[in-house]
Amino acid sequence: MSNTARFVRSLFLLELFKGLSVTLRHMLFVRKVTLQYPEEKAPISPRFRGLHALRRYPNGEERCIACKLCEVVCPALAITIESEQRADGTRRTTRYDIDLTKCIFCGYCEESCPVDSIVETHIYEYHGEQRGDLMMTKEKLLAVGDKYEAQIAAARSQDARYR
Amino acid sequence: MLQWLISTYENWQPVSGYLVHIVAITVPLFVCVAYLTYVERKIIGYMQVRMGPTRVGWKGLLQPWADMFKLLFKEIIIPSGANKILFLLAPILALAPALAAWAVIPLNATTVLADLNAGLLYVLAVTSIGVYGVIIAGWSSNSKYALLGAMRSSAQIVAYEIAMGFALVGVLIAAKSMNLGDIIVSQAGQHGFLDWFWLPLLPLFIIYFISGVAETNRAPFDVAEGESEIVAGFHVEYSGMAFAVFFLAEYANMILISALAAIMFLGGWLSPVQGWVSATWLATPYIGWILDDGFHWLLIKIAFFLFWYLWFRATFPRYRYDQIMRLGWKVFIPITIVWIVVVSAMVLAQVGPWWDRPS
Amino acid sequence: MGIEPILFYSFATVLLVSASAVITVRNPVRAALFLVLTFFASAALWLLLEAEFLAVALVLVYVGAVMVLFLFVVMMLDINLARLREGFIKFLPVGLLIAVVMVAVLVLVVGPEQFGLAKFAEPARHNADYSNSRELGLILYTVYVYPFEIAAVILLVAIVAAIALTLRHRPTTKYQNSTEQIAVQRNQRLRIVEMPSEERK
Repeated sequence: MSNTARFVRSLFLLELFKGLSVTLRHMLFVRKVTLQYPEEKAPISPRFRGLHALRRYPNGEERCIACKLCEVVCPALAITIESEQRADGTRRTTRYDIDLTKCIFCGYCEESCPVDSIVETHIYEYHGEQRGDLMMTKEKLLAVGDKYEAQIAAARSQDARYR
Repeated sequence: MLQWLISTYENWQPVSGYLVHIVAITVPLFVCVAYLTYVERKIIGYMQVRMGPTRVGWKGLLQPWADMFKLLFKEIIIPSGANKILFLLAPILALAPALAAWAVIPLNATTVLADLNAGLLYVLAVTSIGVYGVIIAGWSSNSKYALLGAMRSSAQIVAYEIAMGFALVGVLIAAKSMNLGDIIVSQAGQHGFLDWFWLPLLPLFIIYFISGVAETNRAPFDVAEGESEIVAGFHVEYSGMAFAVFFLAEYANMILISALAAIMFLGGWLSPVQGWVSATWLATPYIGWILDDGFHWLLIKIAFFLFWYLWFRATFPRYRYDQIMRLGWKVFIPITIVWIVVVSAMVLAQVGPWWDRPS
Repeated sequence: MGIEPILFYSFATVLLVSASAVITVRNPVRAALFLVLTFFASAALWLLLEAEFLAVALVLVYVGAVMVLFLFVVMMLDINLARLREGFIKFLPVGLLIAVVMVAVLVLVVGPEQFGLAKFAEPARHNADYSNSRELGLILYTVYVYPFEIAAVILLVAIVAAIALTLRHRPTTKYQNSTEQIAVQRNQRLRIVEMPSEERK
């Protein structure tokens, strides 16, 4: 571009007006993307990583075999597992804690689990009202799993092709 | 004794009348400021493909009140080592000039609080005081960021006031008066909005408005509060109502600059279709009232300029500090000086339709 | 009592108090702010004298511009107050002498003997539409046009001289030239290199 052309462009603020026209067009004609959150919610992928849950087999037996792979892989050291041999000779956890204040929701625990026991659900609206509420114990995790089993299973089957 | 009381009352009566007028101007102005913040958030939101406030009241219309009550109930924290008196005085000093200048703004053909002969000079003088609020706030906060913000702001305001003053000199030459009412009247004519000064004074008009944006420390000239470099500039240390008063001052200044631009370049309360509409149309109810000159046209013009303010803020990134100075000193001042000469020549040559009538 | 004497006495009090505060206050920033207040009060007094142009010009030029620059400098100075007050007692007699002489001269020159109501008749009150600035303009550009223009030229020369004296190009300072930066084109900074994509093995 020649110097004169550049001078004219800057003198008549041509590029500034181009910018102004962009914002004006967006104000008038572009559909607004705001989501009115509690009333409207964004669609969730089947791989969404929300609150954790421990699953059971259809016969009611808990899946977790206390292999501690998740504890090892957890980058935030949020998982604590203690295990014992049960009367029937299987190894089960006596303690399975996830500290949600440490958890970074990376999903490694879910990936590492050989029996699909620890999973992350689609629940993302939860809170704790007092200290310890966000410390998920084995009972709480199993309760979440029991309650949302249908949803968890549906999400798994939807994603099964890619795993 | 009674005689003395009566004479005192008679002496003071105009004062109380003025007080009523002052309240009648200030209170609507504050409401305008409150809703300007709402409109700003809405418009900038829409330009950024968002919705802006929607929750408080219908379409978020009560948002300004929510903001106001929140700020009212917050504590004003005075930083340690701050100069307490000056710290609290600064917001008032910032707000007072923005309100005081409204004294000479003619609202329609007959309504003006003080019909000063040197109205234009008064406006210039009063707006130039506004910088003290910023400087004192920056200095008394005992904070480096605040001081830096005050420095930037004062240098910027001094630089742009010159360009602004020169732009107003052009208006003064064109209108042959410093009385704001006379300036508006001298833009009346038979050619609709072409009679106004924006056309022959176009460069001055643009420079005046851009300087006004710089003067009010608004984007893209808001280096005084540049968030990315100096947090919030001169008002980092302010909280609660003290902060709110700075906010009020900024928005009141925006409205003031818009009003002045409307008065000096877009004919104030003059109708844009003056002289084009026949007398029968003007005599018809409703339509005639809208088409005729009046306060509503001033409001529309002020809203027009305020929209530009918000539009600028949504569009342009912040100027770099040395480029602001370059623009003010090396671009605006030379252009205004040249155009003052051109305007003088046009006035002498009686170029129509602005100066071909005997004044 | 009318409003005018009340205004006069209140502004005069503010003027005197702030003017003495300018020289007694220890903090230079506060002194400068008191000076601003002094200018303001005197502008108000001028307004009472119907000298609206002078009053507004005082506020515009001194309060709005000069004092801002003053503050700008004073705020950045780190003034050592102890050293400033070191020679206070030593210079006090000289200072007092000069002050007394100045007051005497002022009283002699602008005192009531010269400018009292006995010498001059009280100026007539003007109507509301009297324009002080218009009268000033008329007389400045007709009777006093040469002194006015000469003063303007002298001031211009002073500005140019001040800039010329202070503008030094030190080779060590680095600065950005905005004009050059804005003029930069894409092809001066960016080179687009065409590279064939690698063969897939």
